[in-house]
Amino acid sequence: MEPLLAVVAGVLYATGLYLMLRRRLAQLIIGLGLLSNGSNILILAAAGVTRSTPPLIQDPSLPASQFADPVPQSLILTAIVIGFGVLAFALVLAHRVQRSAGSDDIDMIGPDSVTASPEQPDPA
Amino acid sequence: MLLTLPILLPLATAIALHLLPERRTLLRVVAFAGALMILGAAAAILVRVASQGIQVLQVGSWPAPYGISLVADLFSALLVVMVGIIGVAVTASSFAGVDPRREAFGYHSLIHIVLMGVSGAFLTGDIFNMYVWFEVMLIGSFVLMSLHRTRAQLHAALTYVGLNLLASAFLLTAIGLLYGQAGTLNFADLARAWPERRTPGLDAALSMLFLTAFGIKAGLFPLFFWLPASYHTPPAAVGALLAGLLTKVGVYAMVRVFTLLFPDPAASVYTALLAMSAVTMGIGVIGALAQHDLRRVLSFNLVGHIGFTTVGLALWTPASLAGSILYVLHHMLVISTLFLVSGLFLRQRRTTDLRMLGGLYRTQPFVACLAMVPLFSLAGVPPLSGFVAKLAVVGPMLRQQHYALAAIALTVSLLTVLSMARVWEEAFWKRATDHASEPVHRRRLGGAILAPVAFLVILTVGFTVAAGPVFGLATRAAEQLLDRDGYVRAVLGEGSARAAR
Repeated sequence: MEPLLAVVAGVLYATGLYLMLRRRLAQLIIGLGLLSNGSNILILAAAGVTRSTPPLIQDPSLPASQFADPVPQSLILTAIVIGFGVLAFALVLAHRVQRSAGSDDIDMIGPDSVTASPEQPDPA
Repeated sequence: MLLTLPILLPLATAIALHLLPERRTLLRVVAFAGALMILGAAAAILVRVASQGIQVLQVGSWPAPYGISLVADLFSALLVVMVGIIGVAVTASSFAGVDPRREAFGYHSLIHIVLMGVSGAFLTGDIFNMYVWFEVMLIGSFVLMSLHRTRAQLHAALTYVGLNLLASAFLLTAIGLLYGQAGTLNFADLARAWPERRTPGLDAALSMLFLTAFGIKAGLFPLFFWLPASYHTPPAAVGALLAGLLTKVGVYAMVRVFTLLFPDPAASVYTALLAMSAVTMGIGVIGALAQHDLRRVLSFNLVGHIGFTTVGLALWTPASLAGSILYVLHHMLVISTLFLVSGLFLRQRRTTDLRMLGGLYRTQPFVACLAMVPLFSLAGVPPLSGFVAKLAVVGPMLRQQHYALAAIALTVSLLTVLSMARVWEEAFWKRATDHASEPVHRRRLGGAILAPVAFLVILTVGFTVAAGPVFGLATRAAEQLLDRDGYVRAVLGEGSARAAR
């Protein structure tokens, strides 16, 4: 199971980084999303996937190794929540950039165009 | 209980600011009072840490490696005091007027959320919790940066958001791999487990991942491009907040993680860090000399001087780390002051483009003298705080016979003098341009906008006057950072630190 998850995580990282290097804002956002999902899967794989029982201990005499480690899942849960919030913000920001620049091509959104009005795309 | 105050106070203030009726003066007073309370709590923590050693709080009374610990050693405590100081200056500067649109969109509470995130990152003793505080502070700063609608500001915010999210992904990856290797996230527990979990290959990969993640946040050489591309657009007070605090959180995290988790000075990561720091110093000042906008000049200088703060970690001796700590403190103070000074220009002339400024010495000699202190302190002209900090950074280099490095540092300082002298000459000394003689641009600067600058300038001078005690504190903080046993004992209890050697 771990090798499969490792490959999935690797593919997600590669796709995410590739999309982030593209010119369109939408691809940047999707890339960020894939990247954060990739790191979630990486945490799951790195901590080890086991067939152990849930860590709800009723009989204290059982050995600790029999139970699954709940920490990676709580880490992933936290990371998902944070990632969701941040991604939602990035989406709104990208939308506003796209509306004010009239394009979602990074090259058309010049950094030095304070005076330029939204109707006139920056030549740079 | 004391350790939670720098986190709870800004949280409570931020919530209160949302609930209060929207009356400008009321909001400003509450925000300012909140910042004063943070400063008070931070000072109390510093006094206690200085007299009684490392302070630890196990949140929710969960014992150490299982729950989240809050830990304040001298380095953390000093930085939290700086958070308080910069918080006070930034909230005070809002009395001079804030863009009403920003104020209506929760400007004050966002500042407190950033302060909360930064204090949390400085105080936490758990690496995943540190990631969470990073995100808290980032989301606050994202919103602060993008509250405006001009294209340049939106574009800058987008660059800033994209690169910082990338850094967060790298950090999360490193944390995941570290957990897989060590099975714990508590700094002290990780430090204790270091000899057993040591696998050279994975260690190298992990340390490089951490270096990349924190390097982006701190603005080190190949990873700094987002910073000058974004820090020149927000209003001066926001610039002061972000420039003073956020990059230093990256430096702090680097120092904390590397001293505890990778205590092998011969590791390749330190060679990389040394090279990156040296190039960062050079690139920053050269970039600054090529710029015409004051805030871009400052952003590049901010990057360049980050190199001074990380070089001490790379050299890995108590003296060099003490130099780094001193430099971080000095730089936080001075760069925030300078961003607030750029706010004076914005207020009076509506621009920070040096070519459009000029003649300010004639109209306002007091302001010119006030601005001179941080400008030349950044450059390291004696006897200002920059000189003390640079001495503490360059001294250990010479003693360790890193002459080339010392030569780079000193050349960079000289070029910074040039860059800062040019700023002063262009902004204050040269004859006013036609643009400046328009009546609109002849407004006088009132006390409300000068007070925060004066407050920080007085502290900068105080830094020089109290150089001895401050240097003593920095030296003790550096010794504490290198005493991993002491940290482990303080967090996990006596008898637990045997394996940490």
